Amino acid sequence: MEKDNREQPEAAPLDADIVCTGFGPATAGFLWTLTRGLQQPEMAAVESKAMPGLPPQVLCYERADDISFGVSGVVTRARAIRASIPDLDPAAIPLAARVSEEKLIYLLDPHGATRRPAWMRLADQLCRAFSFLLRVEHEGLALPWVPAFLHKGDGFIFSLGQFLQWTGQQVMMTGLAQIWPGTPAAAPLIRDGRVEGVRLASDGSEVRAALTVVGDGPVGAVSRQLDEAFGMPAGRRRDEWAVGMKMVVDLPERCTLREGTVWHTIGYPEPEIFGFLYVHPDRIASVGIFVPSWMDSPVRTSYRYLQHFVRHPYLWRHLEGGRLRSWGAKSLLESGRRGEPYLAGDGYARIGECSGSTNVLTGSGVDEAWLTGVQLAEAVLELLAEGKPFTRENLEARYVARRRASWLERESQAAERARNGFQWGLLPGFAGMALAGLTGGRLAWPRRREERGIRRIEEYYAGRLSRSQIERARAAADAEGRPLHDVLMDLCGWPKIEYDGRLLVSHQDALLMGGKVQAPAEFPDHVVFRSPALCRSCETRLCIEICSGEAIHAVAGGDGTPGFDREKCVHCGACLWNCPAGNIEFCAAPGGLHSAEN
Amino acid sequence: MSYQIVVCGGLAPDPLQTLEPVFDTVKPSLRNELMLPAVFDPWAAHALYEAGHLARQHPGTLVRVVSLAPKAKLQQVMMTVAQKLPFELAALDGPAGGFTDAAATAEALAAAIAAMPDLDRSRLLLFGGWESATRGAGVVMQRVAERLGIREQFLAVDELVVEPDGALLIKERVEGGRHQISRCASPPAMLAWATGSLPEPPNHPQTGMANMRVILPALQKARPVSLAQTAEFVRVALPAAVRQTRIVKDVSAAEIAREIAEWIRQ
Repeated sequence: MEKDNREQPEAAPLDADIVCTGFGPATAGFLWTLTRGLQQPEMAAVESKAMPGLPPQVLCYERADDISFGVSGVVTRARAIRASIPDLDPAAIPLAARVSEEKLIYLLDPHGATRRPAWMRLADQLCRAFSFLLRVEHEGLALPWVPAFLHKGDGFIFSLGQFLQWTGQQVMMTGLAQIWPGTPAAAPLIRDGRVEGVRLASDGSEVRAALTVVGDGPVGAVSRQLDEAFGMPAGRRRDEWAVGMKMVVDLPERCTLREGTVWHTIGYPEPEIFGFLYVHPDRIASVGIFVPSWMDSPVRTSYRYLQHFVRHPYLWRHLEGGRLRSWGAKSLLESGRRGEPYLAGDGYARIGECSGSTNVLTGSGVDEAWLTGVQLAEAVLELLAEGKPFTRENLEARYVARRRASWLERESQAAERARNGFQWGLLPGFAGMALAGLTGGRLAWPRRREERGIRRIEEYYAGRLSRSQIERARAAADAEGRPLHDVLMDLCGWPKIEYDGRLLVSHQDALLMGGKVQAPAEFPDHVVFRSPALCRSCETRLCIEICSGEAIHAVAGGDGTPGFDREKCVHCGACLWNCPAGNIEFCAAPGGLHSAEN
Repeated sequence: MSYQIVVCGGLAPDPLQTLEPVFDTVKPSLRNELMLPAVFDPWAAHALYEAGHLARQHPGTLVRVVSLAPKAKLQQVMMTVAQKLPFELAALDGPAGGFTDAAATAEALAAAIAAMPDLDRSRLLLFGGWESATRGAGVVMQRVAERLGIREQFLAVDELVVEPDGALLIKERVEGGRHQISRCASPPAMLAWATGSLPEPPNHPQTGMANMRVILPALQKARPVSLAQTAEFVRVALPAAVRQTRIVKDVSAAEIAREIAEWIRQ
């Protein structure tokens, strides 16, 4: 009865049948389907190969400190989720609501500071001139129509954290899967071209399994190392990204927005930045923006842009007096199917965002990710029942084939070329999206041969700021160890954000009050600048400007190499894809966002 | 000598989340309580780490955790706590939080401990937090000990040393910011821990996996418990707070204090 050995066990290999990396919507869909399938009578005879006599041993390792710390602004048609959970009752999941009203809103520039092209400035003037006719109010025009490819009218609003907590609890209560938070997987175990499990970051333990399910999101360490080891399929590239940043807000008492309200916005705070507002139950709303990689600004800043978005008159009339409950940010892999890696190989399969399932045309990823997990679980159940191994051939025949035959594939194909136009400019971008959306992807704007890159600061601000103004701004930012974007935006006429201590707070307060960001003490820095010499020669230092938590920062009086404060890092991974030289190592580590409401 | 250490530990809503007490017509609760992730009560966690430390020093010692909490939440929390050190779990499926009755909680815990198989009271050390983070009533551990017939009780314990003859030297916090050191000849004894002196152990996946072999079955058969409510709560509120944050590194304590004082003055 009593345990004899009280010492911590050595880091000997752990054996399981299936090991999953990352607990997001894809892995949730996988475990949901797998654990329910394993309870069916026909699966009773299936037993673990790692622990004979027991059911298959299924382990999932999640980087964040709890299963509820995911982040996404989720409005979803939930087709796959509802197929898995036919009796899904949003009342059972905190912050979930049915969509009750949906609008696409064009936001005018209320103070002339955005970098609008001429046609958009003209559009603003026309809107104001004919405001009564067009029903323009509070500098916003609700378009009369939400394109079918964008609409979510029959769907749900979720908090991803709450949805994952709810599904995770249900999965674990079956006793057939264990989800371990605060335990990032550092690397895949690859031997002779076969994936045999993962190595954990915490103590270097190897977890060996017949099947490794990789669902570690857009910047996951295991995913990236698989790509390095096996390469990408011909013609596939991961070159379109975005930072999604959101606030969860307690709406003021006087707010009249109905539960289930969904707003998609375009036009502000910059023309390239899309925004959203979703109203949850209990007078709570999610408000956020997406800053895309094809926005050629060398001083991208998601947080300040988010504050300006919140302050736009069309939103502020509802949000003024509100209070920040939560805040978060993440990278989105917007290459979608164009960035699809090998979906399966010997001993492994990839699901969710890291497998290129996000649909940039419909602006949705959670339901698609869930579906990939379901499809893999159905394949795994078949293979387990038939006693067949998890080889590339078997996984392709059962999982990949399912995926290719589903609506996910059809819609991914339609979306594949939808963003091509943005490589040419804003107008071709919107036209290209409409073209792809309205023709189901049959017609699309052609892609440029050369990708649109980040512009030099002097070039980007040509005609607005002189070289000497930029030099002075740069010197001031360097001297104070501040990002450059604040100084440049001030010079361009962006109004100062007046903090109210409730909703409009400093970036650092947003980290602590909203994101509740944590960093366990026993881990080393997970962001490493490979070559300090490269950093010193870098002019744009996009890593500092884009950093969602101000964790990467200029060092006053330093040699030009950025500093990194792991205590502020939200693990969004934006530094990884923003470094033009690929000079950043982004390792697996626990911690980061600690809010259950995002 | 080896011991049987039983650690009483409940759950508390993760203090980093947005916690809003509300008062409806029936009883107080937290707004959107269902969505709050939980943590192992921080005071009880200190007791658990001390129990693990003592167990490592005394081979053959068994650590058991008895916890009264909603089963699904308890399972979620155990996925983290189980990675800290080896222990077994006795789970009671019932309400948690600051608005449960201390006497009823103690009664349920004592009954669960008394029903433990192979319980050897001559080696029993009853551990827990000196209060809970959810309410701080500070009486549950004494009541559990009384029900189990344990007369040696120590409150606000910061240190336990086992002497060569097996006697327990216990350092308790007493009034006036002082410590009191007592000598207890042998178990059974109840120690309600203050902070102790041990840091939170890092997560250890191997330990977690080993623990789960006994924790999962314990969760599966967690007995439902309903607590009689005798206390009447009249009002709940959070203190008003003003917050302005700046994260700094390599700044002296004196400089930070000066800046805070200046901020308060403003």
